[in-house]
Amino acid sequence: MSIVKRNSKLPAAAGALAALTTVPARADWSLLNMPKGVSELSRDIYDMHMIMLWICLAIAVVTFGAMIYAMIRFRKSRGAVADTKLLHNARLEAAWTIVPTIILIGMAIPSVDKLIKIEDMSGSKLTIKVTGYQWYWHYEYLGRGVSFYSRLARSSDLARQRGSGIDPNTVDNYLLEVDKPLVVPTGTKIRLLLTANDVIHAWWVPDFGMKRDAIPGFMNEMWVSVDADKPGTYRGKCAELCGADHGFMPIVVVAMPPAEFEAWLAQQELRQ
Amino acid sequence: MRPDEVTNMAHGNAAAGHGDHHRPPKGVMRWLTTTNHKDIGTMYLVFSLAMFLIGGVMALLIRAELFQPGLQLVDPGFYNQLTTVHALVMVFGAVMPATVGLANWMIPLQIGAADMALPRMNLFSFWLLFFAFVLLISTFFVPGGAPAAGWTLYPPLVLQTGNAFPMAIFAIHLMGASSIMGAINVIVTIVNMRAPGMTLLKMPLFSWSWLITAYLLIAVMPVFAGGVTMLLTDYYFHTSFFNAAGGGDPVLFQHVFWFFGHPEVYIMILPAFGIVSEIIPTFSRKPIFGYEAMVYAIASIAFLSFIVWAHHMFTVGMPLAGQLFFTLSTMLIAVPTGVKVFNWTTTMWRGSLSFEPPMLFALAFLFLFTIGGFSGLMLAIVPADFQYHDTYFVVAHFHYVLVPGAVFGIMAAVYYWLPKWTGHMYDMNIAKWHFWLTAIFVNVLFFPQHFLGLAGMQRRIPDYPTQFTDWNMVSSIGGFGFGLSQLLFVWLIIRCVKGGQRATAGVWDWPHGLEWTVPSPAPYHTFEKSPELH
Ligand code: HEM
Ligand SMILES: [Cu+2]
Ligand SMILES: [Cu+2]
Repeated sequence: MSIVKRNSKLPAAAGALAALTTVPARADWSLLNMPKGVSELSRDIYDMHMIMLWICLAIAVVTFGAMIYAMIRFRKSRGAVADTKLLHNARLEAAWTIVPTIILIGMAIPSVDKLIKIEDMSGSKLTIKVTGYQWYWHYEYLGRGVSFYSRLARSSDLARQRGSGIDPNTVDNYLLEVDKPLVVPTGTKIRLLLTANDVIHAWWVPDFGMKRDAIPGFMNEMWVSVDADKPGTYRGKCAELCGADHGFMPIVVVAMPPAEFEAWLAQQELRQ
Repeated sequence: MRPDEVTNMAHGNAAAGHGDHHRPPKGVMRWLTTTNHKDIGTMYLVFSLAMFLIGGVMALLIRAELFQPGLQLVDPGFYNQLTTVHALVMVFGAVMPATVGLANWMIPLQIGAADMALPRMNLFSFWLLFFAFVLLISTFFVPGGAPAAGWTLYPPLVLQTGNAFPMAIFAIHLMGASSIMGAINVIVTIVNMRAPGMTLLKMPLFSWSWLITAYLLIAVMPVFAGGVTMLLTDYYFHTSFFNAAGGGDPVLFQHVFWFFGHPEVYIMILPAFGIVSEIIPTFSRKPIFGYEAMVYAIASIAFLSFIVWAHHMFTVGMPLAGQLFFTLSTMLIAVPTGVKVFNWTTTMWRGSLSFEPPMLFALAFLFLFTIGGFSGLMLAIVPADFQYHDTYFVVAHFHYVLVPGAVFGIMAAVYYWLPKWTGHMYDMNIAKWHFWLTAIFVNVLFFPQHFLGLAGMQRRIPDYPTQFTDWNMVSSIGGFGFGLSQLLFVWLIIRCVKGGQRATAGVWDWPHGLEWTVPSPAPYHTFEKSPELH
């Protein structure tokens, strides 16, 4: 992700022009499209998204093409005379009912096995309970005696106050940094149990593909598996409106190789 | 026989001459006591325009705050109040009343009735709506501020609302009662008061779309009223419908809400479908293609809209079978929607097209609503929706179907029928400026929101990570351009009411339908004697 540094004091009018003309040139692809992400699920979802996008674009070319053609070809100003007898065409009408139905069913089918995979929690090696609070997260490694809270980092919290005088562009990972990130092993199927303490929240890291609601009084589940060859830091945020500071409860996940993870976890166990 | 042939042959004399035998009272009393469908239609339309501007100011505050990262103008809590009330005002105060106003004005004129069937209830439902919004907007000034849980009012969050809570719920009850009365009135009028010879399948498509909308309203407004009443009893009497600690379930509210909410979005768009189905033939100088298919398409959309609601809740953790069912049923809606788009396009085919302002808005509707349909289709696919849900991609989707969809439909209707209402032609130049500015800025405003959502910006946040800055700036610029362009619309309407070149009865080159057989402006009383249709 590129974080573009900009002079925020541009006058409004110049800013308008600049934004309109320079944005497309500066914006990289990751700011336009869904991330492929770092897990099997996120890639599945990305593929579904791209299939849908291309099908929709293809249909758009045909229908918009027909509309534009009609608008150019049948203008009164070009002397077009209306054919008031063109009122029905049973075959045409049947075709544009049946063909789209088939295309749609074709679109839905590939989602079935992906969905079955998404909902299959079996074979997980680690279970983490995630609890949403107004406005921070709590993580508990079940059966391992490790648990902690995870809140918006101080640097972001200072900068986001109204009238703080701190330019968010100078803060690293503005609104996407926490005091203590969740740590997970790579290449391992991890089950997340989601719930909340007060209102509904939703746990979402775009690079993992999934989001799911954390609902007070209920336990939701989802699984995550970060590719073995993609250790790193992945960031997301709460995705369900949960009150005033809904925009300020980020999620940071550090994925590390299993051996390193075990060492980290053992160290945490000693501390708690 | 085609509906258009029928209506073109109707005797044009029905209203002329003897329409003005009892004049309305003058001044304020006219508007407080009138039971005339045209006056009430005008009141609804003016109210709707006022709400559009009030809701628009809220939207501009939102876009101003989002112009750059960091919090510059408002606090996060107030920001949530703005998004919540903006949505409620636009949905229940701007779009729905506009379509009710159009129904009041145009249904009697289209079907050859002297008035709406239940004129006193008609007036009552307007004033209920008026006070509902006085109540709703006044919540900004009570301790705790306006409701801030989003227009979807999800518990438990909504139960944290301050003094505004009972006010907002009572306002919703009033709006609901008002809508139900309006809907009953439309149904009774259409079922009983059509001119002799106007069978249902000869009825103009705008009236048809409203007949079906009215059934949707009667079916779902009570469900919504029930849902918010359960919130009320949870809040005051500890009933725990939506509280897990008392054996309830917060997700139950979401089911109730969306069982209302999805048909509700069709309540907003179906009348626009009807309007576009009137305008495209007029300016193609050729009757609508596939009239019956258009009627059946609206009816099947209405039916399907009852069985797709949980596509708004894929992330709550539904059983697999449920997710698949709602994916499939949602995708099916695209079929009748597609039929409509194809029929409109074919109506233009081998037509003789001209591009007056109503046609410009109808064509923009055709293109831009279809874009919203495509994003809807993508959202319907459940694994992909796990990424899209609650991001700006959803915001882009529903604004494409609602602004260049429903709102452009309403603007097209105003440009189409304004000469009939006022008796004056409006300034075509201003209208064209208004169209082009609106159509360009609406895309600058909403198209980048697709990118923001896909790149990971959630909705309902007052501040965002810095990589989203650029597209937010573009969107805000579009928002201000769009907002300011609407001042042209207001100015044009005021000028047209005050004067202008006199409009003929037919107004347009190829008028079709009974409304064009009465003089412009339409006399205070029309069709006191039923028009004769051959
Ligand atoms: C082809 C037809 C359509 C399909 C398949 C479709 C599908 C969807 C889906 C799946 C969502 C939920 C997305 C999410 O929250 O993750 C959604 C949201 C929404 N749609 Fe559509 N839609 C269609 C047409 C329309 C129309 C015609 C309107 C209104 C005029 C509309 C208004 C909305 C609104 C207001 C929301 C968001 C509500 C909210 O969460 O606040 N949609 N649509
Ligand atoms: Cu949240
Ligand atoms: Cu829906």
